[in-house]
Amino acid sequence: MSAPRIVVTGTGWITPLGHDIESVWKRLLAAESGMAPITRFDARTFPTTFAAEVRDYDVSRFVKDARVHATAGLNSQFALGAASQAWRQAGLDRTPPRDPRRVGLYLGAGEGVLDTANYVGSNLAAWDPAAGAVDGRRWAEAALARMAPAREIEQEPNMPLAHLAREFNARGPAYNCLTACAASTQAIGEAFSILRRGDADVMVAGGTHTMIHLLGVTGFNRLTALSEFKGDPTEASRPFSLDRGGFVMGEGSGMIVLETLEHAAARGATPLCEVVGYGSSCDAYRITDIQPEGRGAAVAMEAALRQAGIDPHARDAQGRPPIQYISAHGTGTKENDSIETRAVKRVFGELAREIPMSSIKSMMGHLIAAAGSVEFITCVLAIRDGMVPPTRNLRVPDPELDLDYVPNAARRLPVDVCVSNNFGFGGQNDSLVVRRFTA
Amino acid sequence: MTPFGQGIDAAWSALCEGRSAVAPCRTFDFGGFPTPFVAQVPDELFDVKNVVPKSYRKATKVMSRDIELAVGAAFEAVREAGLVTKAHEQGSVTIPPGRFGCHVGAGLIAAEENELTSALSTARSADGSFDFGAWGTEGMKNLTPLWMLKYLPNMLACHVTIVHDCQGPSNTITCGEASSLLSLGESMRVIGRGDADACISGGAESKTNLMGMMRQHYARRLAATVPGEDPAAVVRPFAADAKGCVPGEGGGLLVLEAMETAAARGATALAELAGFGASQSFCADTLGVEPEADGQGIVDAIEAALADAGMDAGGIDAIIPFGTGVPMLDAAERAAIAKVFGARAAKVPLITLCPGIGNCGAGAGAIAASVAVRALREQRLPARINCADAGGLDAACAPSRDATLRAVLVFTPSLGGQNAAAVIRSIA
Repeated sequence: MSAPRIVVTGTGWITPLGHDIESVWKRLLAAESGMAPITRFDARTFPTTFAAEVRDYDVSRFVKDARVHATAGLNSQFALGAASQAWRQAGLDRTPPRDPRRVGLYLGAGEGVLDTANYVGSNLAAWDPAAGAVDGRRWAEAALARMAPAREIEQEPNMPLAHLAREFNARGPAYNCLTACAASTQAIGEAFSILRRGDADVMVAGGTHTMIHLLGVTGFNRLTALSEFKGDPTEASRPFSLDRGGFVMGEGSGMIVLETLEHAAARGATPLCEVVGYGSSCDAYRITDIQPEGRGAAVAMEAALRQAGIDPHARDAQGRPPIQYISAHGTGTKENDSIETRAVKRVFGELAREIPMSSIKSMMGHLIAAAGSVEFITCVLAIRDGMVPPTRNLRVPDPELDLDYVPNAARRLPVDVCVSNNFGFGGQNDSLVVRRFTA
Repeated sequence: MTPFGQGIDAAWSALCEGRSAVAPCRTFDFGGFPTPFVAQVPDELFDVKNVVPKSYRKATKVMSRDIELAVGAAFEAVREAGLVTKAHEQGSVTIPPGRFGCHVGAGLIAAEENELTSALSTARSADGSFDFGAWGTEGMKNLTPLWMLKYLPNMLACHVTIVHDCQGPSNTITCGEASSLLSLGESMRVIGRGDADACISGGAESKTNLMGMMRQHYARRLAATVPGEDPAAVVRPFAADAKGCVPGEGGGLLVLEAMETAAARGATALAELAGFGASQSFCADTLGVEPEADGQGIVDAIEAALADAGMDAGGIDAIIPFGTGVPMLDAAERAAIAKVFGARAAKVPLITLCPGIGNCGAGAGAIAASVAVRALREQRLPARINCADAGGLDAACAPSRDATLRAVLVFTPSLGGQNAAAVIRSIA
């Protein structure tokens, strides 16, 4: 028996550029930027002072009963908003699945935000400078007086899952994977695999994350991975540009509803597109560096294309490259953009130069664990509208980077098949192939 | 990797002798919490430098405790599997790196308090409060540049995959205590769909730190103890006088391998991972601090695992539940066992691990799976301690004994409501 076909029937996102699919998509096609000075904490003296924050967001507009999500942290709030949009677009609010055990969840959600003031306060209160150590007894006393139980528990990375399960009464297979910047691409791929295997009829999949907090920005600044641009923040993220200087943090969530074609058809849902390939690999190279030849990235893309039955070197019936758009990982770090370019050339050979490949991180920043999910959704929209989003701030071509990065302006182009790539710190590489749905 | 030491032999003999590794915390004075007791892997029994190749010793500096435990467990698993990986530094590897995957369950890794606070303390205002301005300009420079890489959950898998050169699919599952069984399930599926021949699979976590302790307290998982109380007798799964658990640290990694490739390289199969199931509970409190009282989510996972194994509950000869001794969790597990096993519920022996090793979080399920494999190999049940009367379950104190074991059921629910179950079957 051949594996069932898997379709996307719902999409939703909460991003620095807005809280609904259409307005954000318009802004992406207009090459707008969501970057601005950080407001979540006082970062004025930090090496990086800006990020792409989600603004004016109110989760209670999205959920059925805000009281059951009263303690939700930011990441769970973003997830609820994005998933509720996807659930409604899929029509699952009108035709709820008959057996909740056939509804699963696979998220690539990040950990919740630390209760910075009380955590740092407790540590400092218990610091014994003479011993060079925290006094455990004093720490417990200080922390018990300050911290709040739900706020601590909400930091566990499986809490967005718990909130979504509660909201949608999902009782099927439930997973959260946290493979850094590849997490939500991997989550969509694994959700797709669960459906193909027949272990569920419907999966809600995607990611959610924010690291725009004291220790998040500190950690990435210490790694020198963030842009420390001193000019206009909207010009800081410059993927594939010779003067690129690191990524810019974003935050938010992208969620999709995936289901078997049979299940979607039975309840009269409209497939938005079809997922046809998923590939995953690991660099196993170094803890900080990407394998310089892009070996792992290429392996993931090749595996996804193989599953999709696509030969990367063969033109399609219309004489086009077999893939018409690649959503790049495109972080805007020197290393990533060079190696990703190398990997794409390795996979597509001569045809690589003909495939538009852009990075929306140039506009909404890097949503870390959630990056793959919002980028996947842009592929769905590119196929729907025949429009490819641009790479903003690409003004200085890098002589070593010679692909078509769709600089600065969106492009009208019929798109039927896309590849969405994400690569994580720690070496995970994940690729998805998404295709226009045809019955 | 358990509080009994490095390797399955250390754990197995301690469990058979009915020992407990629960003791006062040796790294921090936990006197300010409801209990000072934890279960830690003793320094004298484990040094991460001994389980990595010489060329990789430098990297141990950027390993949090959770990463150390995973790297140690991987070393043991690869050794027992008789695999030659890149870690051997000589001889030819016996598994193609591209066909070697890795799935690791991980927890929310706590920053080392002393390291972080030492840096934070350099950025204080005159009134002693934290000064963001001073932190941004100078203070943060007191953290090593790679600081954050100690605490990303996927760094367990990152180090393991580098050491053993696993270039196949790799994933990190973060679903609380269900994480490592879910990882075993992921490996099973990845191998099943032909994307890898073998995977290093399981999970590890240390909860024996200040934040781990605090979160266990807030989740109402801790047993309150009084001065002078015997730490070995604190955790009492399924007992009428059960009062909670203690944080533990540990992990299990297993080598899962397709039967054909294992046979082709002449490996000895220790047991078969015959079935796997996952589910989500409905949590009235949303966060799943309080479990579903009727254990329905656990039942769903177990039934899916049994169906996957092509078995019914009658084929199960022993059960390793999570068995924390937290009364509300025990009650949900008891309800699930009753529902699945019906009249047989009182007769199937349970193996309880938490009295000896505490709650090892994301490592718990893989430790349980490793014990199941060993029990099947030995055709033996380890001892049980701390439960005078299990009220209708076969879970009361008992010495280790021989038993006919065809298949063992392992399950772990989690804070957050995810459930995983696995059926592990004897090869014979």
